[in-house]
Amino acid sequence: MSDGLDIVTTPASTEVLLDVNDLVVHFPAGRRGMFGPPSKVHAVDGVSFRVRRGTTFGIVGESGSGKSTTAQAVMRLIPATSGQIVFGGDNIADYRGEKLRLTRARFQIVFQDPFSALDPRRRAGELIREPLDLLDIGSPRERDARVKQLLEEVGLPPQAADLFPHQFSGGQRQRLCIARAMAPEPDLIVCDEAVSALDVAIQAQILNLLKKLQRERGLTYIFISHDLGVIQHFCDEIAVMYLGKIVEQAPGNVFFSAPLHPYSWSLVAAAAPPGPLRDRLKRDYLVKGDPPSPVDPPPGCRFAQRCPFVIERCHEELPVLNVQAEHHFVACHRTGEIDAPDFSSL
Amino acid sequence: MSSVSSHVLSVQNLTVTMKGSKGPVPVLENLSFDVAQGKTMALVGESGCGKSMTALAIMQLLPEDFVVSAGKILLDGQDVLTSSPRELRTLRGNKMSMIFQEPMTALNPLYTVGDQIGEVLRQHRGLSRREAHQQAIQFLKAVQIPAADKRIDAYPHQLSGGMRQRVMIAMALACKPKLLIADEPTTALDVTVQAQIFDLLADLQDNTDTAIVLITHDLGAVAELADDVAVLYAGRCIEQGAAHEIIAHARHPYTRGLMACVPHLQLGKAAAHSAPLDEIPGMVPPLGARGPDCAFLARCAFAAEVCRTRPQPPLDRVDPGAAVSCWRHMEIAP
Repeated sequence: MSDGLDIVTTPASTEVLLDVNDLVVHFPAGRRGMFGPPSKVHAVDGVSFRVRRGTTFGIVGESGSGKSTTAQAVMRLIPATSGQIVFGGDNIADYRGEKLRLTRARFQIVFQDPFSALDPRRRAGELIREPLDLLDIGSPRERDARVKQLLEEVGLPPQAADLFPHQFSGGQRQRLCIARAMAPEPDLIVCDEAVSALDVAIQAQILNLLKKLQRERGLTYIFISHDLGVIQHFCDEIAVMYLGKIVEQAPGNVFFSAPLHPYSWSLVAAAAPPGPLRDRLKRDYLVKGDPPSPVDPPPGCRFAQRCPFVIERCHEELPVLNVQAEHHFVACHRTGEIDAPDFSSL
Repeated sequence: MSSVSSHVLSVQNLTVTMKGSKGPVPVLENLSFDVAQGKTMALVGESGCGKSMTALAIMQLLPEDFVVSAGKILLDGQDVLTSSPRELRTLRGNKMSMIFQEPMTALNPLYTVGDQIGEVLRQHRGLSRREAHQQAIQFLKAVQIPAADKRIDAYPHQLSGGMRQRVMIAMALACKPKLLIADEPTTALDVTVQAQIFDLLADLQDNTDTAIVLITHDLGAVAELADDVAVLYAGRCIEQGAAHEIIAHARHPYTRGLMACVPHLQLGKAAAHSAPLDEIPGMVPPLGARGPDCAFLARCAFAAEVCRTRPQPPLDRVDPGAAVSCWRHMEIAP
């Protein structure tokens, strides 16, 4: 790769498939004291983003940052407290009952653990056929043909249709989950840590499969992971979440050439390839400790407690996501005031 | 201080088999490695390759139906395999201890962390309850847990994953063992916490000169922590040597494949992210489906006639710091 020829990722299309607007998901968390005010877990707290058709939108963050909750709310698997989820032009946040059920054909999800995501008592063929039956897609004969075709697309032999989930390896089971998600020909697939539980060799196989399917079918992905290397490899656009908020969002190449948020620096420091640069990044940017509790977070920046660059203002005032450069958003009071990490020694 | 050799741990030709209906099934074949004081040996490979079985064999905690059928495990000169259960009890904790992948399941939810660290000290060092409690606070401080005198009374569920793993490390190091086995110690943790735990292990090792056997699938961790590496595949060691040497110049196609299939983070420039990852096709052959020929044969892009007609080659010392088991390594990685 020559340094002079850095190609800016051009989006596959400019059509916005999913437009999430100020999404909030709060969970009740008991009361403070017996008669105190009710506490709330601020799992997702005002998250907005857009996903263009045919691209991959990556969400990265630590456990408890709200990445899975965001995805599940977008999938309408858990109720959103407020906010809009505009999918293909319709606000699906208000959909109920039969209308919602039928719309589900257009967005599907693949989970982290393929062991618990498949009914152990049903054969692979039935599992893949199930969404077609439930959504009443095609004639019975067409469904059978589609199952065969799906198995082939995800790289499983046709005989696999007669086997039970326990007869497959972890990687093969994840292929089954992908085939099942693909069955109703969705526009959007959410991959929630879909490769995290797999061995590295199998992880590469599944990532390549997902890429191939995207190329062939123009699929759109929301790809959730805690692994920055995988995120960089796989995603066109990246959002970094911390305690229910997006703290930085940018196209992949922009993000990895010059991240702007101190939390992004910490993530990068933790994942940098071994060497003197990593040692320097870790010394200067890796944060200590664990994220604080998302129950009734204090006012001000969510990252203030762990941030090495914290000032008074950070504890008092919540920073909003601001445009710093084209398509590059960051929520930090101190952007521009503090020195960003220097990657040039690479 | 060590009696016979300078090695804290010496594993010699270790073979572990599982009892099967058609006779014993090999799980681990002919594995040998040594770990010196203050050094870290990494065992690398996919799941099902025998990494954890090696650890459990050293600790003599193998599950039922798994037996060590050949070989020796010398810990500080003493053969672990011929030790009585009573001797083993003193060895575990005093001379060797282990931390596991999932700290939540390794800690007892009904006791405070102070009780659990204290139990080790009372059991092995005969301290009184009060002394053990005081010492436990010191250990929590040593593993950098903030407000250690308060956390000592916390139950495991009140701590985060990273803190629990720190408590596990404190427990494991309480009796200053000569050998620490860390089985995927950071796999269940968040990335920033992983980096903290690795730093902590490296610091503690500098201070205590403990030998570490690190079990991992993360070659980044190997580069950072390990002095030596053994790459296991389907129960056999297929490449072994100094960590920096193997990272820089892997010889076995499996090791090379493992390194190539991980998307490495690239900083400061636009990554060529659209190129497909190199993948290793297929999967590790299951137990019982491993013949005498090279176990990696079916997945190997370099497989040739010689690999199909001859059994798996022995681990061939190609260089003072490296050994590899591959018929074609001279052609693949000269």
